[in-house]
Amino acid sequence: MDVVALLVIVAVLAAVVAIVATPLRGANRERVRGEAADEIAELEARKEAKYREIRDAEMDLRTGKLSEEDHRVLDRQLRAEAVVILKALDDAGAELP
Amino acid sequence: MATVGRALLILALVVALYGIAVSLYGAVRRRDEWIASGRRSVYAIAALVTGAFAILEFAFLRSDFTFATVASHSSTTTPTFYKAAAAWSSQEGSLLLWLWLLSLWSSLILFITRRGLRIVAPWATAVLLGFAAFFAGLLVFKETPFALLAVAPAEGAGLNPLLRHPSMMIHPPMLYSGYTLFTIPFAFAVGALITRQVRAADWIRATRRFALAAWLFLGIGILLGARWSYSELGWGGYWAWDPVENASLLPWLTGTALVHSIMIQEKRGMLKIWNVSLVLATGTLAILGTFLVRSGILDSIHAFGASTLGVPFVILIGLMIGGSIALVVWRREALRSDNRLDSLLSREAIFLLNNLVLVAMAFVVFWGTFWPLIAEALTGTRRALGPPWFDKYTVPLAIMLVLLSGIGPVIAWRKATAANARRNFLLPAVAALGLGAVLSAFGAASRPAALAMFVCGAFVVVSVGQEFWRGVGVRRAMTGEGPLRALRSLVARNRRRYGGYLVHVGMALLFVGVAASTAFNDARDVSLTPGQAMRVGDYDFTYARATSRVSTSGSGELEKISFGAVVDVRRDGEKIVTLRPERSYFPSRDVEGLGAVGRFFEGEATSEIGLKAGIRRDLWAAMTPDIRKLMPTIEEGDRVFAAAAGKLPPELEGQALGAALSGIVDRYIQSKPAATFRVISSPLVTWIWLGAIVVFLGGLIALWPGTDAAPRRVTARYAARVAEDLGRA
Repeated sequence: MDVVALLVIVAVLAAVVAIVATPLRGANRERVRGEAADEIAELEARKEAKYREIRDAEMDLRTGKLSEEDHRVLDRQLRAEAVVILKALDDAGAELP
Repeated sequence: MATVGRALLILALVVALYGIAVSLYGAVRRRDEWIASGRRSVYAIAALVTGAFAILEFAFLRSDFTFATVASHSSTTTPTFYKAAAAWSSQEGSLLLWLWLLSLWSSLILFITRRGLRIVAPWATAVLLGFAAFFAGLLVFKETPFALLAVAPAEGAGLNPLLRHPSMMIHPPMLYSGYTLFTIPFAFAVGALITRQVRAADWIRATRRFALAAWLFLGIGILLGARWSYSELGWGGYWAWDPVENASLLPWLTGTALVHSIMIQEKRGMLKIWNVSLVLATGTLAILGTFLVRSGILDSIHAFGASTLGVPFVILIGLMIGGSIALVVWRREALRSDNRLDSLLSREAIFLLNNLVLVAMAFVVFWGTFWPLIAEALTGTRRALGPPWFDKYTVPLAIMLVLLSGIGPVIAWRKATAANARRNFLLPAVAALGLGAVLSAFGAASRPAALAMFVCGAFVVVSVGQEFWRGVGVRRAMTGEGPLRALRSLVARNRRRYGGYLVHVGMALLFVGVAASTAFNDARDVSLTPGQAMRVGDYDFTYARATSRVSTSGSGELEKISFGAVVDVRRDGEKIVTLRPERSYFPSRDVEGLGAVGRFFEGEATSEIGLKAGIRRDLWAAMTPDIRKLMPTIEEGDRVFAAAAGKLPPELEGQALGAALSGIVDRYIQSKPAATFRVISSPLVTWIWLGAIVVFLGGLIALWPGTDAAPRRVTARYAARVAEDLGRA
């Protein structure tokens, strides 16, 4: 093995050790959200999905796929479900440090 | 450099094993620093494998024949364009490409989710690192791309001539991107099942885009492969139900089902068992696809690598199947649906039906592909199932699929009433049936399956067109925008929906092209001599004259001998086009026992087709020259060069060989040689490629980040906030 190759390998090895070991040394620790933040992310995902559902229903009404009556019932139900998610979002937000 | 490359791969393997251990430890102990270290292992592997891949590419580009893989898959005469692609024509290079893409995509998803998914992500990291360790292990212990030769040959064997086609530069990276991207939802599904987070919407939202990208890349890869088959393999078709083609189609079919059914879970919390099973099956089929391409276990025109990788792959696939089933059974309670299907007349029901059709197609393709192995196990004889068997089952399923892709866009979520359905189906149904009646009057009824596909395709195009028309109308009424601006904002507000609709149109065009070109093509195989003609459909093909040439590389080395034909095509006496099909012979690199002249006819041979592509019809011709009359001359040349061996300086010998080959090609033309032609007149083939472009555009639109991708902060009272949030979007 030639010296240059050996030096390259040693340098790469040192860089890899530095990359993977940095979090373990506590230096430059990455900010990781707590479990409450995970819950918020989950609820945000549900909220976006619910909003998308409400928008789709509205588009379905306007393009004639849903009757006014069906849309009224559906929209009321979807908005009630969205309210539950928003309440849960606020509760989870209050738990954040 | 080979030493450095090998060291980088060994390091990648060690880091992968380390990453698995620390990710699992961090996940179990809830230790963020260990989880972060595991995630950084993936980044480190991406950097290491990028380095290894760069070293291999560099070796190919400078024709470093001390590398065994470069010597066996490239040559100084290989054009630079193809030298770069030659890396993944080899078994080792292709496995390295797989690992490289896996490490890049894994790094991307873990970077995106680095501040979230704390519970699922570490397990997913361990699974992704497990795949990385598997492929790094193969590259270190079984198929190293950095093996060196004791004595470097002066010249390499060259790239397989069949692979010298522009689409081969992109086809394998696209397929492998699809395969590797499908492992990401697989890894997160495993993590979600282990941690009981299967009800969570967050991991689905994070990986959904990767599943869609996988579907898109794999689809592009499949279409590029079909295009290569059509223009390079000389049989005139684009799909042969070949095992390797089927292997790529399997995860694409289940992935198509997945990108639809995942919407139902997002919206309604339904089909969780189905979705997670699709994710796991698609990930497993992606590995199976890699295995079939690289193992040579099934006979295939595409199997460029037969190897001894069978056992490790079978173990991995066995683990994936067994583990997937165990996880789904273990978490079956958590996978119960939140809601039930409200009505059979709803978009959910259509999606479900579409999923069943797609999975049925996948089952047919799987059964037909593996039948040779099943038959061998049962009867001791290997029997393959041909295209007629596949067509028998897939054609009706494909017709149903296209019809459903037209119904889906015009039916409401949850529950559609009969009156609404009538209103939305009337125009597409009348237009489609009207087209069917017109086509029947022109004779299309003689091919009922094709006619059904045309009717369903028209239904899709009109129903999607109607959706865009009405959507634009709604936008204009709401905002007063002009038509184009309204169309742009309509799509921008819901890229997934309208990108998806465009994909449906593209698929309808593609299937119409397949149906027309399969049902109404005229093909003939005829032997002609110059001056003779044959009739194919409405066209007269005349073999006007023979052509031949010797090609040399940029460095002046003899590269190939080509024998061709000039074919004039006329319709009703009027000249339409001149086609120039050609057959090229590349010298065999195996010089043992072969003469200096004869070896030019013992190596690989490729077909350059003559093609006039049009929006209505393709005229396609391939030829195989009758070179039997040349054999005495070739044998005489071999004898002369054998007698002169060692008596001439190498440069003079090269010149003499060039002169001898030039004499042969001249004699070929003078002999007015016969040639066997395969000529095809095929309608609407171009629609397949145009449909693929539309699918690609639609997929890009659906993938593009939308305005609702960024989570918004919530501040006002709940009910008002819902309205306010919706009004803002």
